Amino acid sequence: MKGRVLVVDDDLALAEMLGIVLRNEGLEVTHVADGSAAVAAFRESRPDVVLLDVMLPGIDGLEVCRRIRAESGVPIVMLTAKTDTVDVVVGLESGADDYVVKPFKPQELMARVRARLRRGDEPDQERLTIGDLTIDVAGHSVKRGSQTLGLTPLEFDLLVALARKPWQVFTREVLLEQVWGYRHAGDTRLVNVHVQRLRSKVEIDPERPEIVVTVRGVGYKAGPA
Amino acid sequence: MPEQAQAASTNGPAAVAMDLLRRARRTWRQSLQLRVVSTTVLLGVLTVGLLGAYLYDEISRGLTEQKVTTSTYDARALTRVAQARWESTTSRTVADLNIAAGDILAGLKPSDPDPTRYVIMARGIENTNATVLATVESGTLGLSSVRSELKEAVSAHPSTQQVQVSDVIIDSERVPAVMVGSQVQVPSAGAYDLYFIYPMNREQATMAFIQKAFLIAGLILSVLVGAVAWVVTRQVVTPVRRAAAVAERLSSGKLNERMASHGEDDLALLATSFNGMADSLQSQIRQLEGLSRVQQRFVSDVSHELRTPLTTIRMAVDLIHESREDFTPSVARSAELLQGELDRFESLLADLLEISRFDAGAAALDLEPVDLRSTVATVVEAARPLALRRGSEVVLDLPETSCEAEVDERRVERILRNLVVNAIEHGEGRPVEVSVRTDEGAVAVVVADHGVGLRPGEASLVFNRFWRADPARARTTGGTGLGLAIALEDARLHNGWLQAWGKPGAGSRFRLTLPRLAGAALEGSPLPLEVGAEVAVIADGVGA
Repeated sequence: MKGRVLVVDDDLALAEMLGIVLRNEGLEVTHVADGSAAVAAFRESRPDVVLLDVMLPGIDGLEVCRRIRAESGVPIVMLTAKTDTVDVVVGLESGADDYVVKPFKPQELMARVRARLRRGDEPDQERLTIGDLTIDVAGHSVKRGSQTLGLTPLEFDLLVALARKPWQVFTREVLLEQVWGYRHAGDTRLVNVHVQRLRSKVEIDPERPEIVVTVRGVGYKAGPA
Repeated sequence: MPEQAQAASTNGPAAVAMDLLRRARRTWRQSLQLRVVSTTVLLGVLTVGLLGAYLYDEISRGLTEQKVTTSTYDARALTRVAQARWESTTSRTVADLNIAAGDILAGLKPSDPDPTRYVIMARGIENTNATVLATVESGTLGLSSVRSELKEAVSAHPSTQQVQVSDVIIDSERVPAVMVGSQVQVPSAGAYDLYFIYPMNREQATMAFIQKAFLIAGLILSVLVGAVAWVVTRQVVTPVRRAAAVAERLSSGKLNERMASHGEDDLALLATSFNGMADSLQSQIRQLEGLSRVQQRFVSDVSHELRTPLTTIRMAVDLIHESREDFTPSVARSAELLQGELDRFESLLADLLEISRFDAGAAALDLEPVDLRSTVATVVEAARPLALRRGSEVVLDLPETSCEAEVDERRVERILRNLVVNAIEHGEGRPVEVSVRTDEGAVAVVVADHGVGLRPGEASLVFNRFWRADPARARTTGGTGLGLAIALEDARLHNGWLQAWGKPGAGSRFRLTLPRLAGAALEGSPLPLEVGAEVAVIADGVGA
């Protein structure tokens, strides 16, 4: 596996250990320990994935996440010590694609990183429509009429997954597997938060969604074209 | 409910009356002031009434006695005058005698127009004289007003005065009157009765006036007593009511509420001690809140501080574990032990942190409608590898209909995972049955095994932290000893029940019952906890 990873963590032992594990997998690792230096390091190293600790000196992880998200759709995986709903949801809402809870197993982390890197490996000359949107899968763009909507790669994958099978209702578990690459049970809050974020970008009225429709008690499906 | 509505519509007025009665009864029960005032007024009216009646009676008797006395004196004097005039008369013929009788009677008659006495002269009932004089009457009251008892008494004792008090009719009004009868001897006509009637209309007017005065006085007195009672109770009741209002605001969470306290009386004492109680409550609550915050902070800090180094250890151990083949056997075995124990340490830490979150009251529900059939299916699916290793078969019994409930799926999944894993681990290779049922208000999941079962009294102990069924074989089965304690807390967070039942040899059953609507109170469970007839049906259903 090839790719560049930016590790933002103030715990030097953990950062070094992360470096060892990631390099063993053939990844290129840059490390920064300070939140305030993170954005500059991000601009300089142009990583394919960012591993971001939530608790950081200087600027905290959530703020770093927001700043990186403001200028890039790069996949961000949060490293968090907290499992409380609020903490996780706040982390996801600040723009993270996924998260792993400390203490995590190396395989677990690698699965998350791999899932974020894997996307775009097999470009597909496909055109999809969902609601009044047209999706160019190969070109990674979503348009309403002539207006291009700016989605992060993860939001794009989520939309494509729904648009490819407009007749199917996706449970949160299925979406976790298809979009996030979880082979076993994952956290369905990931899906909820990202559906909200996606809706805020693609829906005309996010309060009354027409593109990504909730099927009560089951999950989500694409709105009628 | 429909019957009640019908009853209300058919007997409308009766229902209204009943409603009023009920409302009055409630007011009576609720208002101390009303009770005190009405009891006082009632007692006051009773006392005034009794006293008034007694006084009235005394006055009335006194007046009558006095009237009788004056009447007899008056009548005696007048009778003497009449006798004297008869004795001095010279008339002998009937006509003359009749004229003389008229004259004499006119002399006895009072001069004023409103007569204070009436005079009647009539032939005595035992008079057999041949000469018969006409009955003479001075006014509107005639001989017919005189009772025959009096007439008989006069003839029986002609030498003495006879007195009787009885009612007469004057101007079609019934008036009590004193009647005095005595005899006079009329020359050549024998004994004649002379009756004096003294009507007591003046005394009656006086009594009517007194009665009116008494009534008015009684009324005023009663109102006064009521007002006094009202004022007095108000002085006591108002501060009590204020205290109640303040207490209510306090209990609704406004801890800064206090009672106004002035003076040094009992009520001021009440206010002061009330405020003291509120102060101490407030400070204790603040202290507890502070402790809870400290506790939550501590848990959060411990969580973060422990987890980061643990992550490094975890990764390092995994790296070492993976390359254990390069080491000597003892170091390789050590790496294996290290990894296994690290797993245990991690789950223990996770469970401990979860428990302290519950203890700190920091656990919150993330509710959404979930069909528990799919949750159960997911959990059972995930437990298959373990079941396979243990040789247990997990039998699912799901209904056709949806078992949707508003729950935090993550927590419910955790509860069920715990129950299923426990059942497999203690099931001794026998089948484990998982059933789901629903009714209007609740969804229930029963996880039953056919293992050693629980001894009497153990059903309540299983939820205790770090409790182990058999200390001797405790550590061979995994688990942190906190699983069921966490599951119980999770169930409680949902307002649900988590119950255990077991019999030695019959296995054990765990039942989770959750309300279908978040926060609703449970009234029952769709599945029985203890083994009974219904369980046989479930077993049949599984077999079919």
